[in-house]
Amino acid sequence: MSILSGILVLAGLALLFGLILGFAAIRFKVESDPLVDQIDEILPQTQCGQCGYPGCRPYAEAIANGDDINKCPPGGEATIQKLSDLTGREAKPLDAAHGVEDVKKVAYIREDECIGCTKCIQACPVDAIMGANRQMHTVIADECTGCDLCVEPCPVDCIDMLPVTTKPERWRWQLDSIPVTVVDATQALPEQKAEPKEEHSGSQV
Amino acid sequence: MSFYIASSPHAHQRRTTQHIMLWVLLALIPGLAAQCYFFGWGPLLQITVAVTVALITEAVILIVREKPLRATLGDFSAVVTAVLLAISIPPLAPWWVIVIGTLFSIGIVKHVYGGIGQNVFNPAMAGYVLLLISFPVQMTSWMPPSTLATFELNFIDSLWLFFTQYTSEGYSLEQVRLIELTQSLDAIVMATPLDEIKTQLSQGYTLTEIKRSDVFSGIAGTGWLWVNLGYLVGGLLLLYKRIIQWHIPVALLASLAFFAALGSLFAADQLPGVSLHLLSGGAMLAAFFIATDPVSAATSNRGKLVYAALIGMLIYIIRTWGGYPDAIAFAVLLANMCVPVIDYYTRPRAYGHGGKAL
Amino acid sequence: MSKQASNAVQLWDFPGGIHPPERKQLANRTPIAHLPLPSVLYIPLRQHLGSAGNILVQPGDTVLRGQALTEPGHTGGLPVHAPTSGTVQAIIDHPSNHPSMLAEPCIQLIPDGLHNSVAFEPISNPFEATALSLLQHIQQAGIAGMGGAGFPTAQKLAQSRRIELLIINGVECEPYIVSDDRLMREHAATIVRGSLLIGHILGNPAIVIAVEDNKPEAIQALEHALTQLDSQQAEQISLRVVPTKYPSGGEKQLIQVLTGKQVPARGYPAHIGIIMQNVGTAFAVARAIDHGEPLMERVVTLTGEAFAQPGTVWGLLGTPIAHLLTHAGLQTEAQQRIIVGGPMMGFTVTDLQIPITKTTNCLLAPTTTEIPAKRQELACIRCGACEQVCPASILPQQLYWLARAKDHDGLAQHHLSDCIECGACAYVCPSEIPLVHYYRQAKADIREAHIEQQKAEIARQRFEARQARLQREKEERLERHRQAAEARQKALAAREREHAQQAEPAAPNAPAAASDDPQKAKVAAAIARAKAKKAAQQVQQQSQQGDSESS
Repeated sequence: MSILSGILVLAGLALLFGLILGFAAIRFKVESDPLVDQIDEILPQTQCGQCGYPGCRPYAEAIANGDDINKCPPGGEATIQKLSDLTGREAKPLDAAHGVEDVKKVAYIREDECIGCTKCIQACPVDAIMGANRQMHTVIADECTGCDLCVEPCPVDCIDMLPVTTKPERWRWQLDSIPVTVVDATQALPEQKAEPKEEHSGSQV
Repeated sequence: MSFYIASSPHAHQRRTTQHIMLWVLLALIPGLAAQCYFFGWGPLLQITVAVTVALITEAVILIVREKPLRATLGDFSAVVTAVLLAISIPPLAPWWVIVIGTLFSIGIVKHVYGGIGQNVFNPAMAGYVLLLISFPVQMTSWMPPSTLATFELNFIDSLWLFFTQYTSEGYSLEQVRLIELTQSLDAIVMATPLDEIKTQLSQGYTLTEIKRSDVFSGIAGTGWLWVNLGYLVGGLLLLYKRIIQWHIPVALLASLAFFAALGSLFAADQLPGVSLHLLSGGAMLAAFFIATDPVSAATSNRGKLVYAALIGMLIYIIRTWGGYPDAIAFAVLLANMCVPVIDYYTRPRAYGHGGKAL
Repeated sequence: MSKQASNAVQLWDFPGGIHPPERKQLANRTPIAHLPLPSVLYIPLRQHLGSAGNILVQPGDTVLRGQALTEPGHTGGLPVHAPTSGTVQAIIDHPSNHPSMLAEPCIQLIPDGLHNSVAFEPISNPFEATALSLLQHIQQAGIAGMGGAGFPTAQKLAQSRRIELLIINGVECEPYIVSDDRLMREHAATIVRGSLLIGHILGNPAIVIAVEDNKPEAIQALEHALTQLDSQQAEQISLRVVPTKYPSGGEKQLIQVLTGKQVPARGYPAHIGIIMQNVGTAFAVARAIDHGEPLMERVVTLTGEAFAQPGTVWGLLGTPIAHLLTHAGLQTEAQQRIIVGGPMMGFTVTDLQIPITKTTNCLLAPTTTEIPAKRQELACIRCGACEQVCPASILPQQLYWLARAKDHDGLAQHHLSDCIECGACAYVCPSEIPLVHYYRQAKADIREAHIEQQKAEIARQRFEARQARLQREKEERLERHRQAAEARQKALAAREREHAQQAEPAAPNAPAAASDDPQKAKVAAAIARAKAKKAAQQVQQQSQQGDSESS
């Protein structure tokens, strides 16, 4: 009898708490972005297709469905790390089969060689190339993601991928990258006079 | 010639970790001198062994961890830890006690947590607690101050006792203490004055009666008074040289004094008063040298006040109701645990974020 | 006014701060010197915070002293002026006066030594003039804040908010630098005049000139200049001496010292009714309004023990620093540090051809005994010394750990953006950790991440818009095809019906054959079309190949 009552009490409690939890799960549900959106948010949106998918969103969907997170060369290690944090999967090194991490580049059309075939315009995933049939084309540098997709289709090979030049205001304080200039002491100051300078008394202060 | 590339600021105060640690060691000298005067050669022997073991341990671990050897050994932080541990334990505790303690302090408490700057607990105090709970007999065997002792221990005897636990004439430490016990008119078992009070109080004596004994000279324990004053002088030197800030010592001592005064107010004859608390144990050492360890203390000024006041309170509670002779180590370790919380709630208000900053 | 006067003596303190050796006597004993003309000037198009203006000159043009070389473009910008007459040789990318020394567009000017000036147009009776006309004048004179960041002055003064206090900053708290000190000693009256003019633009708020107490001569000169004013002006303007402590000359810190108020985070002093201008800016404003002179030169301190003759000079904007270094007799060491700015916030440079700009207040060349080389950075011992000295009351040590972990969210939570990069924390750090360097890199990384994020967002939108467009076009094409097919089918069916009606008595299987027939016909037609197209393409290709071969 006592066993029965114990079981009943426990079962009752289990039911009660189950109901409370169930209610709480519905009542206090936290709406979160679907996983695909969150992954897409992290990807660099170059739409280059190096991952093997036609754009970042398809790759985001693939990752959500279990594909590897190390197929995005433009994002590089930083993106892999973020994806690893989000998905809880191991951060593997970048898959070399899909390319290597490179400096950021931007497409540049040598305009006098362009024949106006519009093939690059059709290839550009973000519509960053302006031009029309038989008209010279040009790249909107600010919108170019550096995806490389326009280089291949160009029949006259007039598109270069140039590294993005750093501006002082976007410099990242890499003091190590400033070259050490070794100069001849006499040449450092071309106008310096040879005569010995008189010692200044203030230098003792 | 070439042009030197560096990031601002270019000027530097040039007060290095090494500089700070050397001043701490220097400031320990007055208290240490008093300790040696009253307790013989023991403290110096302990320090010698502790520093040697600490440096070797640190060097081995640095090599294993592939860290720069000279920079870290040269900052003297291991030496400070070793010295603080060595002067905290009974002067004639056997050599292996301090060796184990130092190994633990440096190897486990400091380096397992990531080396200097990373340890959560004060290494010296963690080492002390390990020794206290592992070897309670050795860790509570204090000699009476030499001014009261009838049995003069010379350097050779100290050395023999330290390394073999027997004097050159074959007496063990227990026997030496027993001689003291029988010779002493009061027939008291010598520990620290605070321990003594606790024992006597439990036997039903009142504080007034206890304080009549030779172990106490007026306001505090014989000898201990001078040791504490020595550390106070050293601490003031550190304050003067701006090696430490006033917040921790003042808050710690004030908090301890406050609770001691409160206790005396309610039970003057059952609880030791302010002067006993401040000058008979390790209070001064704790206030100026141990709690001020920057690594394991709170960081903001307000945080330091809270942290030190907490230590003061814990010292009083553990001394009064706990089962151990002194409470510094436990109090400091418990406060160390609270540091993240204290830091979180005492973050100074950044410029421009609401009202006036502290 | 009486309330202001009663408050006049009260000063507040800011948290933290340090007292590094001041070392101002090195350069502040001699008057500001004039230099011989350099052989070439590199005038950067951008010497202020903001975008460059549009270039008005071409290589080969002869320009006069004071002639505008650029004008503000549609994205704003300040004009730059020729500091002396000469010939524009080229417009080139030249190493910039910036820690990166990355090349920026500069106008290369060869002085002709004739000092031919344009006719300057001063404003007579400026106190009668409208604020707008004065602001335009200041804008055209190319004046930017000369204390540090180089914010365009007219833009700063064009406030819609009510300004109650104008602070003229003569604190110059950074060690070694004495440009403002010398300027105040020699041109106190002009500075006071400029302060009053700025005050007039702002609707006559109370004006406070703040000077640190380590510059007694400058204080004396300013006091003397103030006694020369009429009583109404004298009541408006006051001199306040603040205690020496680095970085009390920081905008936010000085406001706290003088008023006890704090500028809200991410806000400007104008939000609490205060505007601050450097004494150099006040001087430039007075020159521009009273003499019509645009900003063409500034005071540069040449100091440090590597100089045989340290001192201050009037540096023409665009002068290569080598010219100034030579003038002061630089004796280089094997590893010479050349610092643009002071020892706390300046940056080292490795190219001596970089030009003087509107914000270059000091060139410091210390010997290695004076400022030793950096030692190896040791582990943080969590001593909290950095926190004690931080004037912004942020937690340098926490920021250091977060910056190392690249935890951008954590850095934002710990108010990295409120760091003024004064360097007090790194100055006291016993482990010699270059804390400020970590913060700068973290700030740059956060800024870059933000820009990348925005770019990615735009790229995503453009990609999605393109996808949508392609989809739409495809659907439209299909729809057109479907409609065309339908129309054809209808027409065919109609024809069939007519046909059938005509051949009514035909065999019963005729409808089936009829329904088969048009399908077949369609396929055949399509095949024929495709073949024709292919043939046409081939012909075209052949002809193209022929073309290219022949060409």
